[in-house]
Amino acid sequence: MTAPVALVPLVVLLPLIGAGAALALGRRARAQRVLAVLALVGMLAVSLVMLIAADTTGPLVMEVGGWAAPYGIVLVVDRLAALLLAISAIVLLAVLLFSVGQGLADGDAETPVTIYYPTYLILAAGVAIAFIAGDLFNLYVGFEVLLVSSYVLITIGGTTERIRAGTTYIVVSLVSSALFLGSIAMIYGATGTVNMAQIADRLDAIPTDVQILLHVMLLLGFGIKAAVFPLSFWLPDSYPTAPAPVTAVFAGLLTKVGVYAIIRTETLLFPGPELNPVLLAVATITMVVGVLGAVAQSDIKRLLSFTLVSHIGYMILGIGLGSVAGTTATIYYVVHHIVVQTTLFLAAGLIERLAGSTALPKLGGLLAVSPLVAGIFLIPALNLGGIPPFSGFLGKIGLFTAAVESGEPLALVGVAAGALVSLLTLYALIRVWNAAFWRPAPEGIGSVVAVDDTAAPTGAVITAPVAAKTPRIMTGVTIAMVGVGLALTVFAGPLYDLSARAGQNLEGSFYQDAVFPEGFDE
Amino acid sequence: MSVSIVLLVVMAALYACGVYLLLERSMTRVLFGFLLVGNATNLLILIVAGRPGAAPIYDETSTEAMSDPLPQALILTAIVITFAVSAFLLALIYRSWLLSRADTLSDDADDLAMRAGTASTAGEQTEYSDDVAEDASEFGDDEPETPPAADAEVTR
Repeated sequence: MTAPVALVPLVVLLPLIGAGAALALGRRARAQRVLAVLALVGMLAVSLVMLIAADTTGPLVMEVGGWAAPYGIVLVVDRLAALLLAISAIVLLAVLLFSVGQGLADGDAETPVTIYYPTYLILAAGVAIAFIAGDLFNLYVGFEVLLVSSYVLITIGGTTERIRAGTTYIVVSLVSSALFLGSIAMIYGATGTVNMAQIADRLDAIPTDVQILLHVMLLLGFGIKAAVFPLSFWLPDSYPTAPAPVTAVFAGLLTKVGVYAIIRTETLLFPGPELNPVLLAVATITMVVGVLGAVAQSDIKRLLSFTLVSHIGYMILGIGLGSVAGTTATIYYVVHHIVVQTTLFLAAGLIERLAGSTALPKLGGLLAVSPLVAGIFLIPALNLGGIPPFSGFLGKIGLFTAAVESGEPLALVGVAAGALVSLLTLYALIRVWNAAFWRPAPEGIGSVVAVDDTAAPTGAVITAPVAAKTPRIMTGVTIAMVGVGLALTVFAGPLYDLSARAGQNLEGSFYQDAVFPEGFDE
Repeated sequence: MSVSIVLLVVMAALYACGVYLLLERSMTRVLFGFLLVGNATNLLILIVAGRPGAAPIYDETSTEAMSDPLPQALILTAIVITFAVSAFLLALIYRSWLLSRADTLSDDADDLAMRAGTASTAGEQTEYSDDVAEDASEFGDDEPETPPAADAEVTR
């Protein structure tokens, strides 16, 4: 066993150990914060090392406990998993720092944050398990770990709105988990294994109609998690009520774990083209319906949640093409979208801090108050809208090129819809920017600068702008995330090549060969 | 593969009842629905395990007589997860009761505002407040007709 392979479990262990220790240190807020940050820094370092190792020497396959696959559990880090792990670790760390900044600014003593950091770390561990899982049941466990911690995070504080919004989220997630577990049971019944590589190997022996049934069941479960229309209704209802950092990390990561699972389903488990037209159609509808929802919203967080749904459609479009070029573009788009969507939600958190609200009718004149935040919001907004030369533009170009190459009528419809949706996204986000920053403050809202931070009533409904400045750490972290988004643009060449290599690896029997280098026993 | 018809019928019944309960507005019924669906899924795993056999202990049973141990391990894990989630759901239901004296899920205020064409009020949530904590002593024992009080202000 070479050294990088031994690192594989660390991406899960570090956050989990950190969570346990942070819980034990519950009464010592400072130590808890330091520990949580250290755990995620460690996770980031390990993921980066693994990314380099997976890219240079091939997939890292860890047989847990030394039990060989298919009897033991395997953890597999190929280029796709390593890339997503690394970008997730960056986002998780950034959002953690953002919430540390928020906690420091608010004074943690009054809020029930003892469980916040441990739960957050468990969420990180769940995301990591899902990415490195080499068998379906482990993927299910990863999903459950991240979902249960997301239940806690979305209802944290236990206010009426959060309980209400959380209930929708939790019940929908439970249904999707039940579907997923049911499909694992049926896949086991059909193939006699839950190891993904072995399932892929044995599927040819199964009748096509059974294959399609299993395929549809898996896609339904993952589709709910990834928020693909018509299974996306829960997302704009539940995400906006959570605290800003929680919404940011959910928006960035949780739906993408669903997208990752769909990529694996489509490339490894069921690579056949049977359902590709369905995916293309669903992708187009997701894009259009999501963005129309966004245009209609008057609250920034809800609007961003709808754009999130809309942009999941782009990724599904790339997957539905069923070609290496499509998968490559999807991988790049996932990376881009994780970063940009998180940044936008963090920026929305800053706006909420500045103005005490994210409801557009109550915002205005913030450009004069904080040109910095205006810039922080504008750059990722343009990026998401696909303005050249940002990464959103490059990702969309990749997707559209792949779609046109495929030449399928449905894919071309998807391209047309994608171009339109890109414009509408830009329209929605620029409308936010105009309303919040550019136009003068609406009547009835006091001068922003005059109101002191300390004068704001805590725990009450805030109607007037409350702060002229955002806490330094929060602003700094958001700027750093904007920087990461720009880096995706600057280093788009190498990153796109890496995505292409990751996409190549998803073709053929590469994954199976990595898990079973000596071939299958039968 | 022969399948026990009794297990199949029980599983189908559990799924049917579970889905019916999940569609209710009452949170307690949703919890029961979740438990039924969870158990139905566990039964499904048990059914796909194939014919029952002896305990799969390496030294004592011959390979042919063994039952498949993996589905049982999967079921155990699933049970543990169901258990944890139901505990969380119970806590959620209790909190929901404390806050609004109601077991049912209300409509989203933002959706209603959107339908009525009025401005949104979301984004101004009250932060955590513990002024309901002292009310924790009673859970549905009296005053079932207490009107759902606004937000965290339980009338006492």
